[in-house]
Amino acid sequence: MDTLLDIENLWVKFPTRQGIFDAVRGVSFTLGRERLGIVGESGSGKSMTGRAILRLIRPPGMVEADHINLDGVDLLQKSEKAMREVRGERISMVMQDPKFSLNPVMTIGDQIIEAYRLHSTASKSEARTKALEMLEAVSIRNPERVMRAYPHEMSGGMGQRIMIAMMLIPNPEILIADEPTSALDVSVQRQVLDIMDKLVKERGMGLIFISHDLNLVADFCDRVLIMYAGRIVEVCDADKLHDAQHPYTRGLLNSLPRLDTPRDRLDVLTRDPAWSDTPSVSGRL
Amino acid sequence: MALTEGSGKGRERASLPPWIKTTALTIGSIAMTMLGLLFVTFIIGRVMPIDPVLAIVGERASQSTYDAVFLELGLDKPLVVQFGYYIWDVLHLDFGTSLLNARPVSEDIARVFPATLELATLGIVIGIVIGVPLGVIAAARKGSWIDQVARVLALVGYSMPIFWLGLMGLLIFYGILGWVGGPGRVGIFYVDVVPSVTGMILVDAALDGNWDVFKNAFSHIILPASLLGYFSLAYISRMTRSFMLEQLSAEYITTARVKGMSEWDVIWKHAFKNIRVQLITVIALSYANLLEGSVLTEIIFSWPGIGSYITTALLSADMNAVLGGTVVVGLIFILLNILSDLLYKVFDPRAK
Repeated sequence: MDTLLDIENLWVKFPTRQGIFDAVRGVSFTLGRERLGIVGESGSGKSMTGRAILRLIRPPGMVEADHINLDGVDLLQKSEKAMREVRGERISMVMQDPKFSLNPVMTIGDQIIEAYRLHSTASKSEARTKALEMLEAVSIRNPERVMRAYPHEMSGGMGQRIMIAMMLIPNPEILIADEPTSALDVSVQRQVLDIMDKLVKERGMGLIFISHDLNLVADFCDRVLIMYAGRIVEVCDADKLHDAQHPYTRGLLNSLPRLDTPRDRLDVLTRDPAWSDTPSVSGRL
Repeated sequence: MALTEGSGKGRERASLPPWIKTTALTIGSIAMTMLGLLFVTFIIGRVMPIDPVLAIVGERASQSTYDAVFLELGLDKPLVVQFGYYIWDVLHLDFGTSLLNARPVSEDIARVFPATLELATLGIVIGIVIGVPLGVIAAARKGSWIDQVARVLALVGYSMPIFWLGLMGLLIFYGILGWVGGPGRVGIFYVDVVPSVTGMILVDAALDGNWDVFKNAFSHIILPASLLGYFSLAYISRMTRSFMLEQLSAEYITTARVKGMSEWDVIWKHAFKNIRVQLITVIALSYANLLEGSVLTEIIFSWPGIGSYITTALLSADMNAVLGGTVVVGLIFILLNILSDLLYKVFDPRAK
């Protein structure tokens, strides 16, 4: 499999009054044309990893790595201006809640057209046609009307499909989906995932799927990184996730309720301080 | 489909178009607020321990003169009827006669209000043009030297007494440097040179095409307007900064950055669009404050505005003038509120 993204020894640091806090501590992995899941609890550094790739950590936060190579070019060496060419056009990101990630005072059409025109010389009407196509691709009925609508007039599921349309319209190679379905009703989660999956496959893209939902990741991804306290504690194939070895992964799995084997009381995850001290497992292929 | 369209048309025929309803509601709310305002000023006028008859006829008038004026003012009628008369008079822009100069109060206000309007408008323009960008930049470069400068500037604006700054301004820019005109609205040679159309000398001079007068009036207004502008700038820039900080931490800003947008566009095309509604409230409040007349500034710069007019009237117990001025100031507040409400609907799709 050809490697799209190659990350070596990634650190994300935030200076605080008590000294430097390391949100991500030396993570290495590669991404091919696959669906790579990153799971972990809140604060495990999974979102920070996603944002660090796009260099979206705002000062005073710092991103350090031996390299973050996109097609062999280190993103960390790029100027801010050159980085803008990467964002959207080559790597894009879908965030958790469309209620907050869409600009409330701009029409949906304007926001999608803007995303397209930032990376192309297309005229406004060409961009409009393209945006309508894209909305149809994410199964929006009546795209003409949606183009004129404002985000507050959309449901969560529609909002997230619009986000996907907006983020995929410049045809990026990599999509980072940061908990894209966590804010949605269970009934529409699957639908949104299917649309995302279809588009990512059609375009031969790499997908980084960040989630805390183990079952979802096991179902949806090809390969999974399990993060704990800023490190990767285990890497496994998604279909073998339920046979994972690491006590943290096992603990997470055991704390999930199961329909086939109901239990009165679920296991509570007990954390071993040693986990956070063991070096990161490499997620490289 | 056909069925719903048909029933939709039926409903439209049965009721009025929505804009008529909105307009009616707006006018109704203006009327009710005005009525409340008039009620308050009326009560104040009646409970003040100033005998309106004595104020007119003087202490040495005979009882028969006193009684005649008493009847003429309608003070023998019940309060409700008097309130009715009062409303009727106000609707005809009749606020009574000033006790100081025996001229109709409405004429006085028509003379002093444009002076304040001119000063306040130039002041708020200065406040917006400098204050808003300053606040935006301070938020975008939080913690940088420009943020610190903006903070000190605002702090000085908040805490410095305006009369002191005004006097120092006059001393330096008029007395020593001679860059600006002194107190008053125009130099003495330019008084009444252009015909008064709006009562605002800058506008009148421009309408008349008399640029000498315009230049002279501008040299007189620029110092007090800058002072007022500085005080509103202090407030506007601080509020803009905090509104912007709130928006810049919002998730849609991350979306804009993910799209690959430049930071300048992220700030002005995305974040700034979202603070317009809040900014309007702040600016309307500042403007209303200035339109009320800034008494100290008007006195220091011998500016014949509504602030010093009401204050003088108050000190000489000229109740007609005070109440007339109060009604005008109240009306301005109401109108600015309505205006900002209307602008909300323009700038925020959620307010529709």
